[in-house]
Amino acid sequence: MSKKIWVVLQQREGALHRMSREAIAAAQMLAERLGGADVSAVVLGQDVGAAATAAAEFDLAAVHAIDGEALGEYTPGAYVDALGAALRDHAPAFVVFPHTYQSVDFVPRLAQDVDAAFVPEVVAFDAGEGDELLFQRPVLGGKLQARVRVRGEGMIFLSVQSGAFSADSARAGSAPVEALVSADATRDREILGVEQVGGDQIDLTKADVVVAVGRGIGKPENLPIVEELAKALGADIGASRPVIDNGWLERDRQIGSSGQTVAPKLYVAVGVSGAIQHLVGMKGSSTVVAINKDPKAPIFTVSDYGVVGDLLEVVPALTAAVANAKS
Amino acid sequence: MRIAVCLKQVPDTEARLRISKDGRWVDEDDLRFVTNESDEYALEEALKIAEATGGSVVAISLGPDRVKETLRKALALGAEKAVHLVDEAFHGGDAAATARALAAAVRHAEADLVFTGSQSDDAGWGSTGSILAGHLGWPHAWLVMGVETEDGSAKVTREMESGMNEVFRMALPAVIEVQAGINHPRYASLKGIMKAKRKPIDTPSPADLGLDAAAVGAAGSRVEIVDVAFPASGEGAEMLEGEAAAVAQQLVDKLRNDARVL
Ligand SMILES: Cc1cc2nc3c(=O)[nH]c(=O)nc-3n(C[C@H](O)[C@H](O)[C@H](O)COP(=O)(O)OP(=O)(O)OC[C@H]3O[C@@H](n4cnc5c(N)ncnc54)[C@H](O)[C@@H]3O)c2cc1C
Ligand SMILES: Nc1ncnc2c1ncn2[C@@H]1O[C@H](COP(=O)(O)O)[C@@H](O)[C@H]1O
Repeated sequence: MSKKIWVVLQQREGALHRMSREAIAAAQMLAERLGGADVSAVVLGQDVGAAATAAAEFDLAAVHAIDGEALGEYTPGAYVDALGAALRDHAPAFVVFPHTYQSVDFVPRLAQDVDAAFVPEVVAFDAGEGDELLFQRPVLGGKLQARVRVRGEGMIFLSVQSGAFSADSARAGSAPVEALVSADATRDREILGVEQVGGDQIDLTKADVVVAVGRGIGKPENLPIVEELAKALGADIGASRPVIDNGWLERDRQIGSSGQTVAPKLYVAVGVSGAIQHLVGMKGSSTVVAINKDPKAPIFTVSDYGVVGDLLEVVPALTAAVANAKS
Repeated sequence: MRIAVCLKQVPDTEARLRISKDGRWVDEDDLRFVTNESDEYALEEALKIAEATGGSVVAISLGPDRVKETLRKALALGAEKAVHLVDEAFHGGDAAATARALAAAVRHAEADLVFTGSQSDDAGWGSTGSILAGHLGWPHAWLVMGVETEDGSAKVTREMESGMNEVFRMALPAVIEVQAGINHPRYASLKGIMKAKRKPIDTPSPADLGLDAAAVGAAGSRVEIVDVAFPASGEGAEMLEGEAAAVAQQLVDKLRNDARVL
């Protein structure tokens, strides 16, 4: 019997989350690496018919639909109950999840519940000695990439990082939809609502030029040099998370997975290391310039032009050169 | 209420990293270590709640001898006592093995609420707190940006993607996994630092916690790092070098003539 791979899709009101398609692509690629395996998708929620139909348009052995009233609004308790029961029944070798804030909230708990090993934030599959299957993931804020193995008996859970597997490479097909009987699922949260973080005054998504400032700025007293560069470039100012957590700039200016996703013509990263949570918010920029004193900073992997140096010297020099060029 | 806070010590993000000889991690010899960023926020949140409810805080950390520094700092900030899982057998664990040990330490400390960070800045499993909650049989929440405790429940604000938060109520006891930015962590006072010197740090062995040494640390882990490498840095980027003014001029020329964005 061939190995089973499950891919658990995230959906909302019948629509698949963008990263669900990336997870399908990853699961299909994993099947190839294993020399063939049955890939089935799982959708769960209340009235998941539309999402199941959307999932059925991929090359999958089946789409398992788990429907239940308790699954209408996401809570980790109900998700772990429902998925835990299904996983104990079917025991796939691998379960692939999109690495979303929802997944990371419940997947470790589910892994603990069914004794699975969990490898989060997978960005690639790789082969080790003797063709051993290895998983690549960032560590130390993306400063290094690690290859990890999983030992021992039991299911293996993987969550795949945003943008690592192309949604377009998910193979289309036609899969049967099968209803899985849902076990009793109990919610462990009473949802009160959703709110916008900070104000919604600053919209960076339409900016042509963005200057993003990171923790490398050192202290808020140094911010004026970045403001002057932004003025010279006609840019809006964005920031990495620590700058905002420290209260140096308003929360609206955060760029990244928890903040805004920008795609300007020009993105200038000043003292930003380039953690994955930041990169997902700016990877779509046309031209990226990074100024960083660390030649190994991961921000350079997504840059077109890199300057290794002290931002306190490079930024004012750049401001002067820009002003000069424009006059 | 006795609140446990799990604190991990991690390499300073500013640290220049060198890959260790065996290729499996970084050379720790000349690194500076700090308390994990989100854990500092977790500690502050715990201290605030303890102060408001007349409770106390116990700081828990798993790691080698150097971790004492992180615990002393927590004691200086207001924790009453600390638990240090320093026994060799605890080391080198994945999230599951670490959570197993931390759960036993939480029981040992008889805590009735647990705070952790959301993600460690080194391993970055983003999992330890949730697995720990599973062992305790308590509900959990990851990426918490606000907590208000009431009798037997808490109103929790959780971060979602793209600048939105979700608000919900959950039962206590629970494991609250705090996201950076939830509050403004305090600084230690001189008085706090002096007092910390007299506060106890307990160092239970796996056996003291009722754990099999083979179930924790590297031996109890299924997930293992094989090797680490620097990302292919600057592969796509054209790296400009030289004195600041010259580099700036070069960059402006490129942006103007090649990229055509100026
Ligand atoms: C669930 C989750 C969500 C997150 N969401 C976001 C998000 O939306 N956005 C986000 O940005 N982060 C987010 N983060 C945080 C992210 O993981 C990183 O911690 C963060 O992006 C790092 O910010 P930084 O690059 O400014 O700081 P650091 O990583 O500390 O980097 C500072 C950089 O500045 C350089 N530097 C220092 N001094 C100088 C100098 N004088 N001259 C030049 N360079 C200098 C250093 O070499 C270093 O590369 C999230 C994390 C988690 C766990
Ligand atoms: N060795 C450790 N000692 C104490 N707490 C830890 C340890 N490892 C992880 N944690 C806690 O678990 C959280 C999540 O870590 P991780 O799962 O490694 O991303 C951290 O923010 C800490 O609060």
